[in-house]
Amino acid sequence: MPSFGSALLALAFLTAVFAAAAALAGRNGNRRRIDLSRRSVYAFCGLITACVAIIEIAFAGDDFSFNIVAQHSSIETPAFYKLAAMWSSQEGSLLLWAWVLSIVSSAALYATRNKLREIVPWATAVMMGVAAFFTGLMLFAPDVDPFATLSPAPADGIGLNPLLQHPSMMIHPPMLYSGYVSLTVPFAFAVGALVTRRLDAEWIRSTRRFALIAWALLGFGLLLGARWSYTELGWGGYWAWDPVENAALMPWLVITAFLHSIMVQEKRGMLKVWNACLVVAAFSLALLGTFLVRSGVLQSIHAFGDNTVGPYVLGLIAVVLIGSTALIVSRLDDLRSQKRIDSLVSRESIFLVNNLLLVALTAVVFWGTFFPLISELFTGSKASLAAPWFDRYTTPLAILLVLFTGIGPLLAWRRVSWASAKRVFRLPLIVAALTVVALVLFTDTLHKPWAFALFVFAAFAIAGLAQEFWNGASARRQLSGGSMAGALIGVVSRNRRRYGGYIVHIGIAVLLIGIAASSSFQTSRDVTLRPGQSAVVDGREIAYVKPTVAVTGEYLQFGSVLRVEEDGKRIATLHPSRRYFRPTGQEIGTIGSFFEGEATSEVGLKAGVGEDLWTAVQPDIAAVQRRVRAADRGFRACVRAAPGTPPQCEALAQTMRAAAANPRLRAAALGQIGRIQAATADRIAKSYLADDAAAIFKVIVNPLVTWMWIGGLIALMGALLALWPARGRRRGALVRTEADALKEAKYREIRDAELDHAAGKLSDEDFALLDAELRKEAVEILDRV
Amino acid sequence: MDPQRKRKIRLVAALSVAVLLSVALIYTSFSASTEAKEPSQLLGAAPGTSYEMTGKVVKGSIRRQGSGIAFRVVDRDGQGASLPVTYTGTVPDPFRGGREIVLTGSVQSGTFVGEPETLITKCPSKFTTKSDA
Repeated sequence: MPSFGSALLALAFLTAVFAAAAALAGRNGNRRRIDLSRRSVYAFCGLITACVAIIEIAFAGDDFSFNIVAQHSSIETPAFYKLAAMWSSQEGSLLLWAWVLSIVSSAALYATRNKLREIVPWATAVMMGVAAFFTGLMLFAPDVDPFATLSPAPADGIGLNPLLQHPSMMIHPPMLYSGYVSLTVPFAFAVGALVTRRLDAEWIRSTRRFALIAWALLGFGLLLGARWSYTELGWGGYWAWDPVENAALMPWLVITAFLHSIMVQEKRGMLKVWNACLVVAAFSLALLGTFLVRSGVLQSIHAFGDNTVGPYVLGLIAVVLIGSTALIVSRLDDLRSQKRIDSLVSRESIFLVNNLLLVALTAVVFWGTFFPLISELFTGSKASLAAPWFDRYTTPLAILLVLFTGIGPLLAWRRVSWASAKRVFRLPLIVAALTVVALVLFTDTLHKPWAFALFVFAAFAIAGLAQEFWNGASARRQLSGGSMAGALIGVVSRNRRRYGGYIVHIGIAVLLIGIAASSSFQTSRDVTLRPGQSAVVDGREIAYVKPTVAVTGEYLQFGSVLRVEEDGKRIATLHPSRRYFRPTGQEIGTIGSFFEGEATSEVGLKAGVGEDLWTAVQPDIAAVQRRVRAADRGFRACVRAAPGTPPQCEALAQTMRAAAANPRLRAAALGQIGRIQAATADRIAKSYLADDAAAIFKVIVNPLVTWMWIGGLIALMGALLALWPARGRRRGALVRTEADALKEAKYREIRDAELDHAAGKLSDEDFALLDAELRKEAVEILDRV
Repeated sequence: MDPQRKRKIRLVAALSVAVLLSVALIYTSFSASTEAKEPSQLLGAAPGTSYEMTGKVVKGSIRRQGSGIAFRVVDRDGQGASLPVTYTGTVPDPFRGGREIVLTGSVQSGTFVGEPETLITKCPSKFTTKSDA
């Protein structure tokens, strides 16, 4: 089976190379060659899928002759994690890269099969070039062959680290990877557009969806990683400005900027150079993220050990950067805008500001992340920057972003008159003012000015967005009647991109409220308690009621029951505990081996709308460990049947001697020893209950942190709404020419202006001017058709 | 004002903001950063200066001390003399002997005293084809 897999992988590599070559051969419009290259991409997708299937079958069937299975799974690994263990290895994650790339490339080429005839061949060549690179790595680079074998095959594998056995850990890596990989599509089409000088907005319209998918996947991946850190790591934080986190954040920020600025290019034909630069930057940062995850260049909590593919990925980044820069510079004349920004008070200029803020944010994160390398270059010693440095810059930038998130949707494209501005800004400003009054009167937020500003701006933004929904719905109701709710659904479903985007904005504002509140007003304390004692943390009395113990074949768990009271009323009972895992893959070990494996915290968490109460425990198990050592010593002596040991030891020693002589008795003997050990472990672990040992509790009161997760989910919903295909297109695979698409885009722009006018965002005068302009442009397009 | 000149002013304003931000970034990053050192470089370090120490926890050296722990670290390659370390507070899950850690703190009378909440333990390397050392 492994050799069959290797053959498939080699075939996939050749197919990718062939697809790229066929596409380039058909660059002058040879339909047969282009069709051939597209079908080769589908074939590549099929072949890589087969490779993934072989690996997954090997994982499911515990085929330890596969090196990858023996290293990352074991017989006891739960089935769900067996299937997900593939991407915990370096070779498996490369295969995942190639697999996701094959899927998104196929989807992108299917979606554009009747469009962009000049650009598609080049885009195919770029995507398949990247695909061939990653497939080639698996074939030719050392130590990353997913089909490497072990001979003889071991009886059991090493297993998956228990820290990683958490549902979100299994979804988090493929989400981030898929996000990184999806960025290949907009990049490839941008390269195609640059090469062929077809630099209108058409390539953007066809690949915008993939940029949005990448955005949603990266965002969801980041959110899952934060959640895992919060609930599983026993640390209580969700973000640490760790290099690998930053590596995923940077392309997300850049793609956020890109999603905004491409709208300016679509509507106004401006910012072409900027957009080309952004998409190149996003893709390079995605590759850099892949590289960082796999390299030991920076000190990170995500240390993935020896890296064998780093230099190659770095090489690819260099090729991408140098090639794209050369391409953009050589096409500068074609990239010049046809138009200029009409007014500083328009949506496009707010988008520009938003873009600059996002890029500045990326620059800060980039500098901070790579500072150890920079400082080594200049001073000779690696120095690193900690969270406070990052916070100093990212906090004000994020606050400004929230403000512009609120202003942008209120303004119309091109220009806004004073009269319309007064109308749309009235309500959000009133809400912001009321928020100021409420915060000053009822809270002590004022001494945290950054958080205060963020709350006010977020209130402003959310009020403005709510007003947008309200105005849109009332405008629709005037047109078609019916109920307000019906009108709301109608207007949202007819303008998914617009309202999806607004929902994302609301989500981000809510998420930032959660972050600001939980980081500025958090109380975190370590308290040492014996059973029966209690401590007061932030007005809540935390009582250590009693210790708990649980024993399984996999781990020993020492926990606690905490009762939390506020004003004499019980508000929660929490059960933080700590698990000590036995290293897997050993046939028989000592009882002490439970303390040689991983230890994980099981957090005691009471999540609430107002605040989270988060607790973790570090039990004092020194006494237990002493007893375990004594028991292990006694057990060894017993098996050796040293003189003076009790008679049951003699029986055990006999069994062992018999097993040594006759291998068939081995399993029974090991089983007997295992049972005795398990009983002993159980007895000793339970002795902890009587120890009256002190435990260190970490108690965190985290206000409003729940809103961070809720905001993230709202943003995700908004992205899904914006991604949902429009009804017309879903129904039939209608063949659309580029002129059709252009016409449709202009119609959409006219509809947008009409909606803005009906919703009161555009004054009659502004609308009359704008509508005339748009109609003239539409007629021009129709003439050309 | 003619549009050409307006554009120029805008461009200059934007560029100055960018330059200001980068100067601030560069300046603060060099002053706010803590130097990274390995344990062997810290054995004779001057007391009081804050360092970011990267090293490997010596197996079997972890002891409880009050509400914190005391242990020894060696260089990441496992060579050289070991440095005693104290740390107050709860430790991250993956922390144990043999693991690589990053800790910010300073040397006080021969012992590296870690600042609370700065202990980072690297995730175990089940992500590599070679097993843990």
